[in-house]
Amino acid sequence: MSPVNYLYLAALLFAIGSTGVLIRRNAIVVFMCIELMLNACNLALVTFSRMHGNLDGQIIAFFTMVVAAAEVVVGLAIIVSLFRSRHSASVDDASLMKL
Amino acid sequence: MENLIALLVAAPLLGAAVLLCGGRRLDRGGHWIGTLLAVVSFAVGVLLFTDMLGKDAEHRALHQSLFSWIPVEGFQADVAFQLDQLSMTFVLLITGVGSLIHVYSIGYMEHDERRRRFFGYLNLFLAAMLLLVIADNYLLLYVGWEGVGLASYLLIGFWQHKPSAATAAKKAFLVNRVGDMGLSIAIMLMFTTFGTFAFGPVLESTADTSEGMLTAIGLLLLLAACGKSAQVPLQSWLGDAMEGPTPVSALIHAATMVTAGVYLITRSGAIFNAAPDAQLAVVIVGAVTLLFGAIVGCAKDDIKKALAGSTMSQIGYMILAAGLGPIGYAFAIMHLVTHGFFKAGLFLGAGSVMHGMNDEVDMRKYGGLRKYMPVTFVTFGLGYLAIIGFPGLSGFWSKDKIIEAAFAYDDGIRGWIFGGVALLGAGITAFYMTRVMIMTFFGEKRWQPDADGNEPHPHESPKSMTIPMIVLAFGSVFAGGLFSLNESFVKWLEPVTQFEHPHPVISVPAITASTVVVLLLGAALAYVMYGRKPVPVTAPRGSLLTRAARRDLLQDDFNHVVLVRGGEHLTRSLVYVDHTMVDGVVNGTAAGFGGLSGRMRKLQNGFARSYAVSMFGGTAILIAATLLMRAV
Amino acid sequence: MSFPLLTATAAVPAIGAIVTAAVPSARRTAAKWLALLFSLATLLLAGVVGARFDPGGDRYQLTESHAWIADFGVRYELGVDGIGVALIGLTALLIPFIILAGWHDADPYETDSKRWRPTQGFFALILMVEAMVILSFEATDVFLFYVLFEAMLIPMYFLIGGFGDRAAATQPAADAAGGSDEKAAAQRSYAAVKFLLYNLVGGLIMLAAVIGLYVVAGNFSLQEIAAARASGELEMATNTERLLFLGFFFAFAVKAPLWPLHTWLPNAMGEATAPVAVLITAVVDKVGTFAMLRFCLQLFPEASKWATPVILVLALISIVYGALLAVGQRDIKRLVAYASISHFGFIIMGIFAMTSQGQSGATLYMINHGISTAALMLVAGFLISRRGSRLIADFGGVQKVAPVLAGTFLIGSLATLSLPGLAPFVSEFLVLVGTFTRYPVVGIIATFGIVLAALYTLVLYQRTMTGPVKLEVAKMPDLRVRELVVVAPLIALLIFLGVYPKPVTDLVNPAVGHTLSDVQKKDPKPEVEAAK
Repeated sequence: MSPVNYLYLAALLFAIGSTGVLIRRNAIVVFMCIELMLNACNLALVTFSRMHGNLDGQIIAFFTMVVAAAEVVVGLAIIVSLFRSRHSASVDDASLMKL
Repeated sequence: MENLIALLVAAPLLGAAVLLCGGRRLDRGGHWIGTLLAVVSFAVGVLLFTDMLGKDAEHRALHQSLFSWIPVEGFQADVAFQLDQLSMTFVLLITGVGSLIHVYSIGYMEHDERRRRFFGYLNLFLAAMLLLVIADNYLLLYVGWEGVGLASYLLIGFWQHKPSAATAAKKAFLVNRVGDMGLSIAIMLMFTTFGTFAFGPVLESTADTSEGMLTAIGLLLLLAACGKSAQVPLQSWLGDAMEGPTPVSALIHAATMVTAGVYLITRSGAIFNAAPDAQLAVVIVGAVTLLFGAIVGCAKDDIKKALAGSTMSQIGYMILAAGLGPIGYAFAIMHLVTHGFFKAGLFLGAGSVMHGMNDEVDMRKYGGLRKYMPVTFVTFGLGYLAIIGFPGLSGFWSKDKIIEAAFAYDDGIRGWIFGGVALLGAGITAFYMTRVMIMTFFGEKRWQPDADGNEPHPHESPKSMTIPMIVLAFGSVFAGGLFSLNESFVKWLEPVTQFEHPHPVISVPAITASTVVVLLLGAALAYVMYGRKPVPVTAPRGSLLTRAARRDLLQDDFNHVVLVRGGEHLTRSLVYVDHTMVDGVVNGTAAGFGGLSGRMRKLQNGFARSYAVSMFGGTAILIAATLLMRAV
Repeated sequence: MSFPLLTATAAVPAIGAIVTAAVPSARRTAAKWLALLFSLATLLLAGVVGARFDPGGDRYQLTESHAWIADFGVRYELGVDGIGVALIGLTALLIPFIILAGWHDADPYETDSKRWRPTQGFFALILMVEAMVILSFEATDVFLFYVLFEAMLIPMYFLIGGFGDRAAATQPAADAAGGSDEKAAAQRSYAAVKFLLYNLVGGLIMLAAVIGLYVVAGNFSLQEIAAARASGELEMATNTERLLFLGFFFAFAVKAPLWPLHTWLPNAMGEATAPVAVLITAVVDKVGTFAMLRFCLQLFPEASKWATPVILVLALISIVYGALLAVGQRDIKRLVAYASISHFGFIIMGIFAMTSQGQSGATLYMINHGISTAALMLVAGFLISRRGSRLIADFGGVQKVAPVLAGTFLIGSLATLSLPGLAPFVSEFLVLVGTFTRYPVVGIIATFGIVLAALYTLVLYQRTMTGPVKLEVAKMPDLRVRELVVVAPLIALLIFLGVYPKPVTDLVNPAVGHTLSDVQKKDPKPEVEAAK
């Protein structure tokens, strides 16, 4: 099977993820969608690694996983504290940080 | 001897400085200081004059160089004086009449609390006027020229608490400034043409340049003369200038300052001689003004304004004569001197009448004053006979010569026109002066109590006022005859102004005879109109011409509508333009940035998802752009 | 190494500013006297500079040069020519009068003790401005000049925005106590911001040109660049030169100010106190015209000639437009501001006429305009502080109650309208003649300015001083001794320089000769001589 198909899959996952970020209000879902996008990128990176026959892509994929893990920690903490203060997990309710 | 010249100016200048800076300490004796210094200046003038008479005609001019005034590369302006016969004539007239009027003012201004300042201004005037006539270059002359303008401004507006006086003063200065503009452009033209503006080099090298250039300079000088000498079209300030105290009207607005224009044209004779077109313009201005002034003089009921009209008209004669070239210069100056005597005398007489009549100026409220003021009556009467050119008196000798010269303008129609105008002017002069004489001194007494119920008690003025009047009356009677003896005056001036005998289109005796006839006709007409029947106290409506003449032939109305109103609209709209457009562009730019940032602020709405959209959009655009660049 | 005289001349007021600012707030009067003392010391030093300067000698004298920012070739380079000496003299001369005239302008409000007015700050800022202006007249390093040109905006901003007229504070009770006060403060800060923004924009464009110049020339030294340009070592492409010229000129035209970049001046002069207004127009603005002579003409001679027609037209518009707007003003200070715009038009016209009469006249004009505006504006300030209003219509008949005040005001007015015998006439006539010899039409149109000048000054005098005495001015006191001490020397100077301007022209003439040879222009010959 041609590795290009993996790239199509990665693009599809990224599109699903980004659509989710843009149209869903629930912070948890948005969060999940971001994870989806990150993993779509990982898939693409690994595919590229395979296609070019070196390990660069795989190494970056590991980095991405570490960043994603760190992000989960910070992001979930924010969502939880937001939910505590507002009793809502909607991202649109948290719009105070504007000019 | 020539070192004394500076003293002529220095003495009155010192007086002005002392009196104006001295403060109230000098209130009691200040007028004596002022008068003394005027007399000192006169004495120096006489001394220089006698010295001058001792030399032969060609070597009389004196020169004194004080210091370099504005030394700039290629530009030399010195403070240097030149005293030749022409300047000498003026010096004697200015200091002589000036001293008399200082004496007169001691009495006239006795009750004015600001008398010290009045004398300070008078001294300032003398200094500036003397500077004007003894300067040896046009730029220094310009200093005197504006200096007399300043003194005139201060003196017309001396009673500043009256809005009319303040307005008149401002008007005089402004109209004069228009003329001054002409003088300053003329000086610039001289500089670019000759590289200098000293009298000597400029007047000697007229042959080196084109006639067009000389005509331009001549016309600009004429503009200057029109402003200072109240000639059409810049004459409108003189009537209003009568708001000043009467001695001022006598000295500045009759005898000396207003004749500065005649001096300027005569002094620049070499330029005008080489520019016939400019000369023609001078003659036309003179002719028009002499009729204009005379007509205005006929309609005024205010004695000073009637005399102001007459001044305008008489200066018109002088300008006309000066425009005739070498046949006229000497007579212009001669008429200027005799006019200085009789017009100053007439004004002082008018002042004396006002002094006795609670400052009433309306001649319709005079009448029959000859019994109450005999000295004033006699001196005023002699002045009157002199100005109408009664045979034998001063005015006759000088004015008759001008009329002759006007007839000699050329052999053709122009000689007839200018001569005719001059002749007609003589008739009108006789008419309006007779009218003034009759309304003031003859007929029934018509005075009434003023608003406060004070009945005027006409009385003769004190000695300090009558003596100058008597002296001037002597001048009015004898000066002209004296000057004409052996043509002494003409010969005296000849080295400066040249002289040619005029050849009029008709014979000289015929001109003299017709002059006499015309003046008798004018006087008789006035007698019929004002002497035979009582003069109404309130002015009748009068004909269209009379009403126009009362309003200075509508020139003020024209000025008001076109210049004042137009100017107001212009400045107001410019203020608007400056505020809304010039400033508006800048403020608009500022507001534009402000608005833009307000718009941009709205993008920052706090919704995480809309930020996400912009991020996605931005990335998409970047990727698209990159791909596009690759493809191309 | 000889004594750094030029540095000292600028350092004394700078030290004075620091010392004055450090005086504790209780010792307010001591601060004033200190400021006056330091300004007088500066005047003394300026006198020494004038005495040590030899007009016939080198072009730049008393030079000093030290490395400053070595990496960019920026040096601390000072030197003066005759024009610089004259303007340093003017600055040093005017500041003591400004301080003396503003003696009470920054006193605390008697009625409202809560609001704080930093008296020391006022005088310290004035001295600071003096130091920067003097140094900018001395700087021969373009970068150093640029830094000073911008830095002097800061003290000026605070002077305009921080210290308004007492008049505004003591408005009649009719305008409900605080309301007018707040409004005045708002107008004042608007004026200060406008001043700052205009000049900053100008400065920014100049900065770009300064950097551009460095890229082209490789250093910032005026003397080196000018010498290299004159000898042909440093070629500039025509367009480069023009762009750089425009960058410099724009900044100077804002400062000068030239139409249509003038609108900040009436606001600033109107809202500032009279002494500060004098500081703006008589001292700080002169840096703009001075810099045109020194930097524009020397660094970019070809571009200067290229731009001359446009600049002359703008100057002409300034002259007539400024005068016409002055006629239409209702506010005394704004009237003087517009009159100044007209006068700056004359100065710029004289500079760009490129004749020795024009440029000598322009330099002389800077001096004379400084003195005459100071005389007129300071007397106007005394008048305004007495009545508590700037509106012309609020006055009338002052002549009767305060004759000395009216007399000095009249002399100031007459100087403004360039009456012969007073100093401004000499310079105005020189500028007119200088322009006329090369551009007759421009000269003639500019001459209309003298009629308009008479109109606005005499209308001002008539409306405020003559006529019946208005009730509100009936008890107006005449000039006090302090005020007379301010005005009398200025008037004496106006008369002296009107009669005998030779000391100044002798100083200026050689410098003008140098500048003209920079632009390779010769005076036109008189027609008669040319024909022979």
